[in-house]
Amino acid sequence: MAALRKLEFDGLIVGGGGAGLRAALELAQSGLKTAVISKVFPTRSHTVSAQGGITCAIASEDPDDDWRWHMYDTVKGSDYIGDQDAIEYMCSEGPQAVFELEHMGLPFSRTESGRIYQRPFGGQSKDYGKGGQAARTCAAADRTGHALLHTLYQANVKSGATFLNEWFAVDLVKNQDGAVAGVIAIEIETGDVVYVASRATVLATGGAGRIYASTTNALMNTGDGVGMALRAGFPVQDIEMWQFHPTGIAGAGVLVTEGCRGEGGYLINKDGERFMERYAPTAKDLAGRDVVARSMIIELIEGRGCGEAGDHVLLKLDHLGETVLNSRLPGILELSRTFAHVDPVRQPIPVVPTCHYMMGGIPTQVRGQALTQDEAGRDQAIEGLYAAGEAACVSVHGANRLGGNSLLDLIVFGRAAGLHIEQAVRQGISAREASESDLEAASARLARWNASTSGESVAALKRELQNCMQTSFGVFRTEKHMRRGIESLKGLRERIGNAHLPDKSNAFNTARLEALELDNLLEVAYATAVAAEARRESRGAHAREDHQQRDDENWLCHSLYFPDDERVAKRAVNFEPATVPVFEPMERRY
Amino acid sequence: MQVSVYRYDPDVDEAPQMRDMSIDLPEGKELMVLDLLERLKEQDPSLSYRRSCREGVCGSDGINMNGLNGLACITPVSQVAKRGKLALRPLPGLPVIRDLVVDMSQFFDQFEKVRPYLINDQPPPAQERLQSPEERAELDGLYECILCGCCSTACPSFWWNPDKFVGPAGLLQAYRFLADSRDTASAERLRDLEDPFSVFRCRGIMNCVNVCPKGLNPTRAIGKIRGLLVRQGT
Repeated sequence: MAALRKLEFDGLIVGGGGAGLRAALELAQSGLKTAVISKVFPTRSHTVSAQGGITCAIASEDPDDDWRWHMYDTVKGSDYIGDQDAIEYMCSEGPQAVFELEHMGLPFSRTESGRIYQRPFGGQSKDYGKGGQAARTCAAADRTGHALLHTLYQANVKSGATFLNEWFAVDLVKNQDGAVAGVIAIEIETGDVVYVASRATVLATGGAGRIYASTTNALMNTGDGVGMALRAGFPVQDIEMWQFHPTGIAGAGVLVTEGCRGEGGYLINKDGERFMERYAPTAKDLAGRDVVARSMIIELIEGRGCGEAGDHVLLKLDHLGETVLNSRLPGILELSRTFAHVDPVRQPIPVVPTCHYMMGGIPTQVRGQALTQDEAGRDQAIEGLYAAGEAACVSVHGANRLGGNSLLDLIVFGRAAGLHIEQAVRQGISAREASESDLEAASARLARWNASTSGESVAALKRELQNCMQTSFGVFRTEKHMRRGIESLKGLRERIGNAHLPDKSNAFNTARLEALELDNLLEVAYATAVAAEARRESRGAHAREDHQQRDDENWLCHSLYFPDDERVAKRAVNFEPATVPVFEPMERRY
Repeated sequence: MQVSVYRYDPDVDEAPQMRDMSIDLPEGKELMVLDLLERLKEQDPSLSYRRSCREGVCGSDGINMNGLNGLACITPVSQVAKRGKLALRPLPGLPVIRDLVVDMSQFFDQFEKVRPYLINDQPPPAQERLQSPEERAELDGLYECILCGCCSTACPSFWWNPDKFVGPAGLLQAYRFLADSRDTASAERLRDLEDPFSVFRCRGIMNCVNVCPKGLNPTRAIGKIRGLLVRQGT
């Protein structure tokens, strides 16, 4: 193997979305030599598509609001497998993190008194579920993700981190001690392969919604970080937990924010009935996303869907009036006109539950360091590896994420990872050595694609994988279909291992990137399938027709999927918050 | 349908060329230009372009379609095709890396030049800085920019002086911070812009306004900056 160009940093962040940029900012401001690898220019990252807002008890709309109420909602929303120490940290640190964003310049919408505007979102309550609907989601119109991502990028321009924009991370470099020593990456413009070495590597690569045929996710959301971790032999946690957002535009998959229902919109079936009143008498359209998505699918199955095929329901907004829609939901008007050919000022939007968010991911400590288990099943930190944001599972979302909690997750835990790495580097973790053979191992799959001379096409295999996941691992799941799905994925693994990359050119070769992304999609899909089959209960977003009840006796725990022997282990959920009494599992009603 | 696509691979091609590809469009289903590109790429995987969100917010897929800059993902084929023909080219005026992919360094250099971040030297309060809804409304039409580059690469003044004229995207950004009631660096920001090129090379051609996929108006923002510069000068 020819000698690789090598770059060296104290901290390396893979991914230029909200979590990555927040971690980078923390590290760069501390003076450490920091780099961000991003396969797109950072403001193109998928955080930009977040619409409704960032949920946090900053007590603007309600001066009595309390982060503990937010914590209660989040624990309940997670169906009790969110870690309470992590949720406590997120909800209590949240206000500080949101105010920091405002100080950086984020253009939040404002109240009459000049404070940050907050809107109601699903699953929110006052006084531990006893005080009615809360309005806790801080918003910049319906472009909060865009405003947040651009603000963080702007702050990074000021702080001077090194940006390796349009570089693609291929695999983690793992040395003989099992520690992570950086990544092998491709500089996309030239096709050069580079070893980017670092004392600490943060995977902030976002989600993998593209494992499904119908998703709100960007085309590039292919689970690259999770794929890298799995190929390095590290486990993933709760990966069976996928959120289907109730309101994707039917046919297009494009997201319509929950903020529409927060502002007073509601769902109707073909009879014009506001059907959520039957399923969630109190919270109605603002029940948890898993609850609303399942209710919609039941409406469709029972023949109350709209349109010729009866394959969607309608989201009604016209009663809110043009003024409110223009000021609070301008982006939604734009998207509906472009992708659904309806004007929400007059007509309802056709919507259908659509894959949206990966609750599972790389298990981490509260401060971001990635975890595996030792032989006795105890948590063991992975040297040199961190994760934050959607790629990570810290876990604050458990079996179902609440709307507005993902942006908060990004900035709170991106910042936490940055702080922890800074401390670790100052305490003198040394650069980890990687041998020639370690580098060769990390370059192996790239070499495989580059050497391919014949085989099936990437696009066709990807479509087959996505259809398989859509059919067998959707909103409702059963043993029989999942077994069949797992068999299909095993076949796909072999076929993808023999697939063909016809274009071997160097300059901006996107065919090569799509091939490498397909490997990652497969890893995430396969882990999802095995973990979903293993969890024999219904909890949060994981709804099994053959095991319809939640089973706290056996499954009030995280699943941990180990790739080397395709084993699903269990890991205890944290029930030990530091400053508040524990929230005991209860029946989840909205 | 006939699609003519700009193709260039620097390792192989001496010069760029327009290559014809034909494709069957499905009946009764509206396709965006990005959908078309994805289908063309299945025919020929070596075709390169940027894309990501496919909903007009990430700003990756700015290209030139039958002479007009725009985002491929939110432009219906029927809107730009003429008599069943469509020519797809990279954004004009910037160096081409490959096919429809341009080198946006000059564009981003100009963006960074305006110090596109909030400057406020006062220690921040314990909570948020207050801003009235009216003050916040001053940022509407400015903060929504997605940095796709459609405007600056449609601007003749930017084509001529990409190193000295900030261009519509950068100036929109400059005004976004001048207009922010929380920013305290207006005087310094204006001083950075008062040379003959940074702002004053704008000739009011308004191509930027015509092509902006987000419906923003950089020309108006540039007018406001001129106003501030003139007022400061008197």
